[in-house]
Amino acid sequence: MARAVSMRRKLTMTVLVWVVALIMFFPILYTIITSLKTEGEAAAGFSMLPSFTFESYALVLDQQDYFRPFFNSVIISIGSTVLALLISIPAAWAMAFTPTPRTRDVLMWMLSTKMMPAAGVLVPMYLIFLNTGLLDTLLGLTIILTLVNLPIVVWMLYTYFKEIPVDILEAARMDGATLPKELVYVLLPMAVPGIASTLLLNVILAWNEAFWTLRLSTTNAAPLTAFIASFSSPQGQFLAKLSAASVLAILPILLLGWFSQKQLVRGLTFGAVK
Amino acid sequence: MATRQTHRLARLMMTPSVAALLLWMLVPLALTIWFSFQRYRLTNPAISGFAGFSNFSFFVTDPAFWPAILNTLLIAGGVLVLTAGLGIGLALMLDQPIFGQGIVRILMISPFFVMPPVAAVIWKHELMNPTWGVFASVSRFFGMEPVNWLGSFPLLSIILIVAWQWLPFATLILLTAMQSLSEEQKEAAEMDGANVFRRFWYIILPHLARAITVVILIQTIYLLGVYAEIQITTGGGPGFASTNLPFLIYNVGVLGGNIGAGAAGGLVAVVLANVVAIFLMRAVGRNLDA
Amino acid sequence: MGSITLEHVNKTFGGHQVIPDVSLEIKDGEFVVFVGPSGCGKSTLLRLIAGLEDTTGGHIKLDGVDVTDKGPAHRGLAMVFQSYALYPHMTVRQNIGFPLKMANMDKAAAEQKVNDAARVLNLTDYLDRKPRMLSGGQRQRVAIGRAIVRQPKAFLFDEPLSNLDAALRVNMRIEITELHQQLKTTMVYVTHDQVEAMTMADRIVVLNAGRVEQFGTPLELYKAPANKFVAGFIGSPKMNFFEGAAAGKYQAASVGVRPEHIRISRDAGDWQGRVGVAEHLGSDTFLHVHVEGAGLQTVRTEGENSFNPGDEVWLTPDPARIYRFDGAGLAL
Repeated sequence: MARAVSMRRKLTMTVLVWVVALIMFFPILYTIITSLKTEGEAAAGFSMLPSFTFESYALVLDQQDYFRPFFNSVIISIGSTVLALLISIPAAWAMAFTPTPRTRDVLMWMLSTKMMPAAGVLVPMYLIFLNTGLLDTLLGLTIILTLVNLPIVVWMLYTYFKEIPVDILEAARMDGATLPKELVYVLLPMAVPGIASTLLLNVILAWNEAFWTLRLSTTNAAPLTAFIASFSSPQGQFLAKLSAASVLAILPILLLGWFSQKQLVRGLTFGAVK
Repeated sequence: MATRQTHRLARLMMTPSVAALLLWMLVPLALTIWFSFQRYRLTNPAISGFAGFSNFSFFVTDPAFWPAILNTLLIAGGVLVLTAGLGIGLALMLDQPIFGQGIVRILMISPFFVMPPVAAVIWKHELMNPTWGVFASVSRFFGMEPVNWLGSFPLLSIILIVAWQWLPFATLILLTAMQSLSEEQKEAAEMDGANVFRRFWYIILPHLARAITVVILIQTIYLLGVYAEIQITTGGGPGFASTNLPFLIYNVGVLGGNIGAGAAGGLVAVVLANVVAIFLMRAVGRNLDA
Repeated sequence: MGSITLEHVNKTFGGHQVIPDVSLEIKDGEFVVFVGPSGCGKSTLLRLIAGLEDTTGGHIKLDGVDVTDKGPAHRGLAMVFQSYALYPHMTVRQNIGFPLKMANMDKAAAEQKVNDAARVLNLTDYLDRKPRMLSGGQRQRVAIGRAIVRQPKAFLFDEPLSNLDAALRVNMRIEITELHQQLKTTMVYVTHDQVEAMTMADRIVVLNAGRVEQFGTPLELYKAPANKFVAGFIGSPKMNFFEGAAAGKYQAASVGVRPEHIRISRDAGDWQGRVGVAEHLGSDTFLHVHVEGAGLQTVRTEGENSFNPGDEVWLTPDPARIYRFDGAGLAL
């Protein structure tokens, strides 16, 4: 039974936690505030009170195409996540329900492919993309992001599937279900929370991936990471505009994250919780 | 325990993932190895042919080489210590009953959603700028000289930026783990006369071992490759003070146009990643009964 | 039809032989119980029949057809799991109807069958609930419903009652037995509880370390156990065993006598002892008697008697009901 917590203690903790949370959130909050200032206000130093002007947003949207990189980001992050899920679900099923002594090694090997420094293999990948015509295409970026996130997707699904009793899958087999039916009618519906969480995390990771997307795209396929990167160097002195561009780059994923926060967190354990 | 047929099926089901990752690992690696033994300049196609180990010696004798290795490890280590340490603290706080838990959680998790280039931009221009940055304003408010963070403490600044991005992830995983600790176990420890600190040390911390392992493992993967934050904030400087291995490789290979040396650097980074991976598996892998 | 034949079936898990060599003939319509202590291989044997594990060697036939290499989905058997293994995301109706859906049965016909099964199992009122909203007994019945709808060649039960409380267990025991009488379909039932085995089975397979110790009707096993293991395993309370001089009198390495076949007296008898614990069940009393030179022995007496702990008593076995075993434990 939970013990009654004294009101005073609860209030103290509330204040403390809120202070910490606001400190964590402050950089984002301040960026939003700055984006609503005039350039003059922004350059004038610290102030939490903007004049609530949207002129910086208007300028940014005027000066640079926002919607194309936005849709590029949407397409490559969702596309790569769905692709990764399609490849990973069978693999995670195999690892979780027919484990062999080597399962752990395979999983660790998969993760180790992520430790390979991207910068080290950039040139070969660039040349491969150049020669296959994948450079600066959405398909190319989708493939890269799928590969980059695949190990994480497999791992998350694996830890989630492992919590499902194998009995239930065996019951489905006894009931005459073939493997595709076993997956579609039994495993996947039971794993919906885990799959949702995996999907969300990987959309976020793909959206924010800022090495390959920057290096393997120029204009056509450039997503929001490129949008902000191209903005940051020459416009560094225009703080309000830079802030507006920053907000535009992160707002979609921030909103997605806020609204799906519960689903995201539920599966975000990587098997760390038994 | 299952039938041979199921095991055959299982291998088949793993094939796409394994094949994709195998290709993803081997093809670039093979090409990188090939390039590392070639003379290959972007700026001068006339230079070509077998290079022996000259690319490696060129890369390794670069004055930035050892600082880059050290900085790579310092960034990864620094961020890990900060996120794991602060993450445990935040998780302990969030585990308490408070008002507005839902909003607090949303606020806390938000930095994780911010893409690295934006995080770098925000910290560089809004917070750490010595003239109009928030930190400078705070310093002046207390009558102190504003600190030029990125100029004077470039590596520390980058560690702070990256730690800010990863702290929510660490906190969430640690919090979930903490919440899975049974109330009974905590009460039993209390009955046994353990005070708050002993309960933390002997009950909560061991319970978090797996979660800490996961945090270290996943973050390390990303931390060894920190790139955008450095490029946007310090550009690797001043000097080589904030150059890490990925940044150096990019500088030498792509910006410097020496593909061969860049590839050699890539192999060095692969070796370093493997050393770290082996070290990690030894140190914390046993907590992870995959 | 649903006869099951095992021919020299054996199973090895990673170098460890779980089932050395089993041959069995289960007749169509028979209720056969596999019983034995935990780890004796009874569940493995059932899973081999189900096709959830494959044999290392030997053959399994259903109605004379070799199914050794067929997957579980293609054997036409139904199984009830110890954990019930209900699909948590489906309603009771969907759970019971799942095998029919997998068989691509016409929807109306399937609906009819699900309703029929639900009526038989008293589940009609719960058809639209999810499994988590049901009691243990109801879940058990859903699992059985899922098994019966598609009229399998045989039912396989893997310790289906062990998660239920004692009272419910007795009820479900009777329900399953009645179900068998109605359906007359072959049932193979695994349990570690010899009472379940004795009360439900047409024939019992006693397993020990993967070997079939004896295969026979409950009364055959009770009256003529093939060896010391079966003698000790079947019957409650357990049979008393004597070795050494007491056994030598009967020209055997050891002798056994059931608690119900011993007369107890205050005055005279074959063995002298002192009453230790008396367990009063009401209908019967089990007296645990310390016999000199033979250890603790159990005697069944009528429920109301005058023996108290500490009393000096004499025990006399019924000479017609003494089981004699040789040095290897085989019945003589």
